[in-house]
Amino acid sequence: MKQKISALLFGTALTLAASGALAQDKNIKIGVLTDNSGLYSDLGGAGSTLAAQMAIEDSGLAAKGWKIDLVSADHQNKPDIATTIARQWIDVEKVDIFMDVLNSGVALAVNNLVKEKNAIMINTGAASSDLTNAQCSPNTIHWVYDTYMLANSTGQALVKAGGDTWYFLTADYAFGHALERDTAAVVTKSGGKIIGTVRHPLNSSDFSSFLLQAQASKAKIVGMANAGGDTTNTIKQASEFGIVAGGQKLAGLLLFITDVHSLGLKVAQGLSFTETFYWDLNDDTRAFSKRFSERMKNKAMPSMVQAGVYSGLIHYFKTVDAMGGNPHDGIKVVEKMKAAPTDDPLFGKGTIRADGRKLHPAYLFEVKKPAESKGPWDYYKLIGTTPGDQAFRPLSESACPLVKK
Amino acid sequence: MQALYAQLLVGLINGSFYALLSLGLAVIFGMLNIINFAHGALYMMGAFCAYFLLNLAGIGYWPALIIAPIVVGIFGMILERTMLQWLSGLDHLYGLLLTFGIALIVQGVFQNYFGSSGLPYAIPDELKGGMNLGFMFLPIYRGWVVVFSLIVCLATWYLIEKTRLGANLRAATENPTLVRAFGINVPRMITLTYGLGVGLAALAGVLSAPINQVRPLMGADLIIVVFAVVVIGGMGSIMGSIITGFSLGVIEGLTKYFYPEASNTVVFVLMVLVLLVKPTGLTGRAA
Repeated sequence: MKQKISALLFGTALTLAASGALAQDKNIKIGVLTDNSGLYSDLGGAGSTLAAQMAIEDSGLAAKGWKIDLVSADHQNKPDIATTIARQWIDVEKVDIFMDVLNSGVALAVNNLVKEKNAIMINTGAASSDLTNAQCSPNTIHWVYDTYMLANSTGQALVKAGGDTWYFLTADYAFGHALERDTAAVVTKSGGKIIGTVRHPLNSSDFSSFLLQAQASKAKIVGMANAGGDTTNTIKQASEFGIVAGGQKLAGLLLFITDVHSLGLKVAQGLSFTETFYWDLNDDTRAFSKRFSERMKNKAMPSMVQAGVYSGLIHYFKTVDAMGGNPHDGIKVVEKMKAAPTDDPLFGKGTIRADGRKLHPAYLFEVKKPAESKGPWDYYKLIGTTPGDQAFRPLSESACPLVKK
Repeated sequence: MQALYAQLLVGLINGSFYALLSLGLAVIFGMLNIINFAHGALYMMGAFCAYFLLNLAGIGYWPALIIAPIVVGIFGMILERTMLQWLSGLDHLYGLLLTFGIALIVQGVFQNYFGSSGLPYAIPDELKGGMNLGFMFLPIYRGWVVVFSLIVCLATWYLIEKTRLGANLRAATENPTLVRAFGINVPRMITLTYGLGVGLAALAGVLSAPINQVRPLMGADLIIVVFAVVVIGGMGSIMGSIITGFSLGVIEGLTKYFYPEASNTVVFVLMVLVLLVKPTGLTGRAA
């Protein structure tokens, strides 16, 4: 009995000592939840984990006594698998912050869990603008891009250039639906007309049936509301079926540099689309990208999703460093992150709005002709820039409850 | 109505890939009794082989149509000699698990080095462009795929069902000991048959390289559908898998037109229906 009591006392003392140590708790655990094996793994995947690793190294927090752990997992583009991993990460492994989380279906599911458990998500990979609209959360920051911004920039530019009739080829899940909805709204508002839509299952390999339907519609613009491997296959097969040769124009609503690289300039030339990061924008982006590509297995340049992981973590590290410790209250950290302006080498100066939307400029690029490209990965010409405060959905249109009107 | 014709033709094109792949599976299952889950990975290797031939050795599409199936076929024969042959006589499950594991390893290795987005492979100059059929614009390359795979399918059927070599082969699966007594080297014949089935997969890979991106996962996406085709056609039936391959392509094409959201599932719905009504498949005989 005596032994039991002394053991109990000892245990209590330990617990107290541990909670005393919590006052200066300088432990962080970062979880990169991404597609490591499927159709989006080139634009996120291992590159996102590398970007997080580089951010940890560059932050200099280790020298200040912080202990930062990094874990990564493959969600296989399945919301159920993603939430299982996320739940385990939060409950068992004590992960503080989720990075990347590409795929809108996955992101919306994890978004709810992160809110429920008061963790943090800096989403750099998913596109759905719902993350900062109706589904917004005090624990989530949407960092890189969203469907509203893509629609606004690319959609408006194409309608202005005369593309006033549209046919959509849409990936049949949350992301495709959001991108189609947001683009259709911009097209209609700018005076264009939507002629039709066809929805294909995610990760299809043959698009000829869908392309024939788009061709038969005689729409001037075939809008591709899909991403990754789906988009590259659509573009490749569209050229086979003479879509562009027949006078219709392809609009890549969401394209990444890894897609252009995979298509090759011969097929991709002339496509115009919007991104918020390109490795060859300025000296800072070039320096980072060079370091990044040297550490990538296939020597790839960073996509905007991967660059966003780095940029988001840099701002997160600055915030927790200023707090001095105890970075485990998700809402509190995110509030502090929103209060401070952002500044990092990749996305420049920016801000985070009350709804969790990170603001920075959006760039309209056009893919170079093979003759214009000076070397590997030299793919884009900048043809227009939308400033950060105009690129995204205005707060006045927001349905997010966090926005005070 | 015009759109319908177009969809039928497009379905036929996809059907030719299903037919080529399921034919290889049927040959392997019929003769070796192995459920070859590595088929998708071998199809992918065929496409990559064509890519390497072009980019490393400057060898174009036409020679690749012959070289790639031979190279991948030899790889398959090595697999058979070193691993698969030890499984003969065991439950089907062992072969399935082994080949599935091989597929995962092969795909993992390729993905590690080449990523998931894939590599470009251009259509050969002779087959570029297309013709206007009135109801649709048919890319010449797609037309070529249908004609060529139909010829290959029928040739394989003829080889196995109508020639002496094929007769020996079929006899060897029925009763290997007796066939050996006639002085025929049965193990070698089995190895060559596996090589033939694998070569067919690689051939389909080369054919699809200019249409799809050459991607490490291109086979993984396709293999499940192809297995459904084999099951519907009747396991191991050569003609059954050819006919089912083409007709399922057409049915899938029609689904893409009438109800695109279901185009990924229609094949499996059919599979369930066929299994409920006729568990041996459309052309299969009860064992």
